[in-house]
Amino acid sequence: MEIPPLTNGFELVYKKPRTLTETPMHYCPGCGHGVVHRVLMEVVDEMGIQDKTIGVAPVGCSVFAYDYMNVDMQEAAHGRASAAATGIKRVLPDRFVFSYQGDGDLAAIGTAETIHVVNRGENILMLFINNAVYGMTGGQMAPTTLLGMKTTTSPFGRESGLAGHPLKITNLLAQLPGAYYVTRQAVHTAAAVRKLKKAIQLGFQYQSLKKGTCFIEVVSNCPSGWKMTPTDSNKWLEENMLPMYPLGDLKTPARSMN
Amino acid sequence: MSTNDEISEVRIMKGNEALAEAAFRAGMQAYFGYPITPQSEVIEYLMKEQPKHDCVVLQAESEVAAINMVFGAAGAGARVMISSSSPGISLMMEGISYMTSAELPCLIVNVQRGGPGLGTIQPSQGDYFQATKGGGHGDYRLIVLAPASVQEMADFVFEGFRLSEKYRNPAMILADGALGQMMEKLTLPPAGSLPYVDKPWATTGKPAGKDRRIITSLFIQPEKMEQVNLHLQEKYRQIQAEEVRFEEYGVEDADIVLVAFGLVARICQKTMQLARKKGLRVGILRPITLFPFPSQRIAELAPKLEAIVTVEMNAGQMLEDVRLAVEGRCPVHFKGRMGGMIPSPDEVLEAVEAIAEKRNFELSR
Amino acid sequence: MIRGNVIIAHEICKGCELCIAACPQESLGLSEKINLKGYRYAVLVQDNCTGCINCALVCPDAAITVYREKKHAKGAAADAITA
Repeated sequence: MEIPPLTNGFELVYKKPRTLTETPMHYCPGCGHGVVHRVLMEVVDEMGIQDKTIGVAPVGCSVFAYDYMNVDMQEAAHGRASAAATGIKRVLPDRFVFSYQGDGDLAAIGTAETIHVVNRGENILMLFINNAVYGMTGGQMAPTTLLGMKTTTSPFGRESGLAGHPLKITNLLAQLPGAYYVTRQAVHTAAAVRKLKKAIQLGFQYQSLKKGTCFIEVVSNCPSGWKMTPTDSNKWLEENMLPMYPLGDLKTPARSMN
Repeated sequence: MSTNDEISEVRIMKGNEALAEAAFRAGMQAYFGYPITPQSEVIEYLMKEQPKHDCVVLQAESEVAAINMVFGAAGAGARVMISSSSPGISLMMEGISYMTSAELPCLIVNVQRGGPGLGTIQPSQGDYFQATKGGGHGDYRLIVLAPASVQEMADFVFEGFRLSEKYRNPAMILADGALGQMMEKLTLPPAGSLPYVDKPWATTGKPAGKDRRIITSLFIQPEKMEQVNLHLQEKYRQIQAEEVRFEEYGVEDADIVLVAFGLVARICQKTMQLARKKGLRVGILRPITLFPFPSQRIAELAPKLEAIVTVEMNAGQMLEDVRLAVEGRCPVHFKGRMGGMIPSPDEVLEAVEAIAEKRNFELSR
Repeated sequence: MIRGNVIIAHEICKGCELCIAACPQESLGLSEKINLKGYRYAVLVQDNCTGCINCALVCPDAAITVYREKKHAKGAAADAITA
């Protein structure tokens, strides 16, 4: 039985931000990308910085991020979003610049750029969506794929002797002096989404201070790549991803100053 | 010594330094690069002089990162330059392909060295194919300027920026290690003589009440991708129609014309002198733009000639474009050196004499 | 109890059910009908929504708009149900 909607006597408490376009997102049902896109644009909307924000979309599932985010945006070659963002920020230092990358993009092909952008302390916000799999190309192994996890290129499960270990690149980056704020968040529950939003708010606010790179990893799901229902994927994420990639701040400004 | 860059100024400089100084004077707003011999003086000069200018100069972690920084900065509307030498340019090819599709202007400088592979640090023209036929993936062209003097190393920076912005397409200065390293007298153009153009497409932050700007080379629908390609091809046709540049010496009465670009064209001038002393009527056609190529002029000249000799520091790359232009209307020969070796005027003369006497000669050693 | 309500853009909804799992009141379920994309979409199945917005927060498609009863209008809410 469907309950018909109520309107009179009710007030609006949540609607999608106007900084998201009306284009329906192409992501698979239950994919975390849509949540991160929305939260990111909520922050841009609430901070009133739509006209000062420039984003860089990666290669991967979120290659079309600019179809949904109603801000000026550029694409980047695979792995190079943070280099392109560097170029933008260096010539437009008063704008809010963010890069948005997946695990293959940021932690495999773009590792050199990732490390050097953070090491130089580029005053940008880097968003890193870690779902431990290459989604766009059909579920291949990523640098963050867990040991034993089956993908189309680790059909018997990732084995460290052949394919190395899951790369905790966020922990690596937190060691760099150029990193100002490094945190790992998730989108698998409403509470996690609330925390992610706070982190993104800080990431943008800190950008004005020009004190270094803000880096937010979002542990996310890939129901299609993981071959699970969306709800099962979030359960699996909690039980398997979070022990390897625990949530929380890895570097905060207070600790940066020490 | 304090300099006033508002006026033209005569100096003696290395080609690489002249190019770098010209870039400041041409209103360059950002430079990204990575050291590589024989062009490292470009970034060294820019870093040293940067405090006097309102210009970003950044040493990237690789050529790959550098070209993608150029992508970002050019997309944000800045006048941007990048420089490297052959192996480094190879690393940039993906980014350059993206920039042509996204229609981003920028100036790329290739101070060529001998290859293939890590090769040698000595001068070469071995990247002619890469520069003029696209170089990376997909159907695209760069506007390619080939300087032959330190003066042109400076002048073509202005011309390169101007053409790249006019057509929203990357332009390339295709120099070589000798031009980069040698010192000559030149007149530096005055600063501020190249006006900035309006770039409403640049991502500088979405203007209120207007649509957002998107810089991309991704057009997943084949129908759309074909339209983008048709648009690019139309642009290249326009460039071919309007931007061909070349220089001629003594072609009016010539029986044999040497076709050579860059440094080799200057070597050929000496050859021409020596040949004329011996009674051989030799002329020179020097393509200044390698794309667009002066095919039409070569086609006009060919029926009147006994032979054309293309002279290059490679295994015969421009040769193919010359032959395509000539279409069999006269014999086309090749003389060249490779791997960092520079042909001498005498050995080019030897080839010319052999051709005049219809003898065999050594193509390249 | 605070009364809430959700409006779900059912043509955008992909029926991923994450909102159903996130709802503390078990107010949401899947429709019997399918939308144009062929998905069963999320709908209110119980009249006990509190307007906590958890469903909207986890919705990957930004398909959910949430309303909550105005404090002064509490008594009138039941009459405001419209078809």
